[in-house]
Amino acid sequence: MTDVTVGSDYRAAAEEAPAQTVRGYWRTVGHRLRYDYVTLFFALVIVLIVLAAICAPLLAPFDPLKTSMAYRLKPIGFRQFALGTDELGRDMLSRLIYGGRMSLLMGLTPVALATIFGGTLGVVAGFLGGSVNMLIMRTVDIFFAFPSVLLAVAISGTMGGGMATGLIALTLVFIPPLCRIAETATTQVRNLDFVEAARASGAPTRSIIIHHILGNVLAPVFIYASSLISVAILLAAGLSFLGLGVEPPTPDWGLMLSTLRQAIYVQPYVCALPGLAIFITSLSFNLVSDGLRQAMDVRI
Amino acid sequence: MWLYAARRILYAVPIAIGVTVICFCLVFLAPGDPIQMLLPPDASQQDVEYLKKLYGFDQPIPIQYFKWLVRAASGDLGVSLQTNRPVFDEVTRALSNTVIISFGAVMLAFSLAFVLGTIAGYYAGRPIDRIVTGISVVGVSVPNYWLGIVLIIVFAVELGILPATGMGSKGSDDFSLRNWAQFKYAILPIITMSMVPLGIIMRSTRSAVAEVLAYDFVQTLRAKGLRELAVLRHAVSNALPQILAVMGLQFGYLVGGSILIETIFTWPGTGFLLSKAILTRDIPVLQGAILVLALCFVATNLVVDLIQTAVDPRIKRA
Repeated sequence: MTDVTVGSDYRAAAEEAPAQTVRGYWRTVGHRLRYDYVTLFFALVIVLIVLAAICAPLLAPFDPLKTSMAYRLKPIGFRQFALGTDELGRDMLSRLIYGGRMSLLMGLTPVALATIFGGTLGVVAGFLGGSVNMLIMRTVDIFFAFPSVLLAVAISGTMGGGMATGLIALTLVFIPPLCRIAETATTQVRNLDFVEAARASGAPTRSIIIHHILGNVLAPVFIYASSLISVAILLAAGLSFLGLGVEPPTPDWGLMLSTLRQAIYVQPYVCALPGLAIFITSLSFNLVSDGLRQAMDVRI
Repeated sequence: MWLYAARRILYAVPIAIGVTVICFCLVFLAPGDPIQMLLPPDASQQDVEYLKKLYGFDQPIPIQYFKWLVRAASGDLGVSLQTNRPVFDEVTRALSNTVIISFGAVMLAFSLAFVLGTIAGYYAGRPIDRIVTGISVVGVSVPNYWLGIVLIIVFAVELGILPATGMGSKGSDDFSLRNWAQFKYAILPIITMSMVPLGIIMRSTRSAVAEVLAYDFVQTLRAKGLRELAVLRHAVSNALPQILAVMGLQFGYLVGGSILIETIFTWPGTGFLLSKAILTRDIPVLQGAILVLALCFVATNLVVDLIQTAVDPRIKRA
């Protein structure tokens, strides 16, 4: 009797235990995300914005570059123009859809480039330590002495503006913070016992970095990089707004906001639309990045 | 503490030198001959030769840098190509206007963020906390150059109760915040500018207060029968140095990053000066303004760090 009871208890406990404790890291993250409706919703918004930008030729009702003097600055909902027209009579809806291409490109590329360059620099500085670390990190400190807007404006302003210089400027702005995050994470991991053990057992430096260091450094670097996307989109549109980024007549949200600014007394609501697009995109990236950080339980 | 202060000040010196190196190199980033950048297009050959000699462009770059540094240290940042006035005077005049709105913005942001952030930290996890966190995310996500336009549309175009741009008929000479006719020009720029610091200060206040409330001493305060308001007062005074430091840094960011907001409101500060200099390719003004702003930022960071160490005895960094 007693044997049976003990046995069944034991079995029951064994069946229950895995359900509670054995869940891999990524399954835990997925589980948390599945119930985080805010993050899911804004991730969907990002997917829609990206899809709209990619499929712009299919979605846009008009040619975004076709001007028309007869239809200048028409209000929202005017005849076939769902969101009105701009100062040259171009369809706002089509320009907003196409504008997403430039704005996303100008926001995502610098962060991606800076993650590669800054991350590599940070890992090298953290892993090698000593005078190399000193040299890299003190140089990075100097760039921290510039507020990001000022640095971006300084570089692209003196280089004369344009999309390429805007991309270079923004990449340079984001390299220092990513380098610092990667360096901190690497320095922490480098001194842990398992790295010491790997080294003692004769693992070559390359495989220590790839297998032991990167696995622990990538998560904080990527989470931090994702939080920079929203900043990058705001800054890139800001540069275009100042005339330092995308050049007319290419549709870009920042540039559209800048050229329509002259017309706020005529069509105030139409003029506010490109900014609204920037706002929604930047808000979505911010919230998704926050949600990912919480789900992945990364402290930066 | 004094040891730390001395070390911190010494540490700022190489950073400041690095900043001057970067600003010096900016001229070389510009496309074309640096001499042409520093002279109006119609300059004679004689002027070119004179400037070449004065700036030492015929000498190696390190020597050029030292000559430039010595002149910059004595307040000679060159002459504006547009106005023919010394760059140093232009920048310092503009800087005071930028400081007016930056200071107003950081004060507005702090007073709102401090109250809301404390409430959110106290009720961490409750609906009110979610609302405050939502506001702070909106604050950092909103493109402030767009918000400025929206505020102009609402308050200047539709309602017509506040001026859209500029600084009033008297301009920047004897601008006084106590004079309503002048102060109303600063309202919209200040509100627009306060959004980002509002979001950031709110977030750090919330986490600082929530963190302090989890300490053991708070338990003790409650156990000895203190009322909740008094407990909160203890928590806030513990979190305050950290929040003030964030506020100080935000002030530095605002002064340095005012270009977009000042461009929209045509507020005659350093940002507007920069944006004009970019349009007219006025490289001496561009270089001088960036140098002064970056050095101000370094100085602000230094002062914030020193004050924080002096105020908060727990920080033993020496």
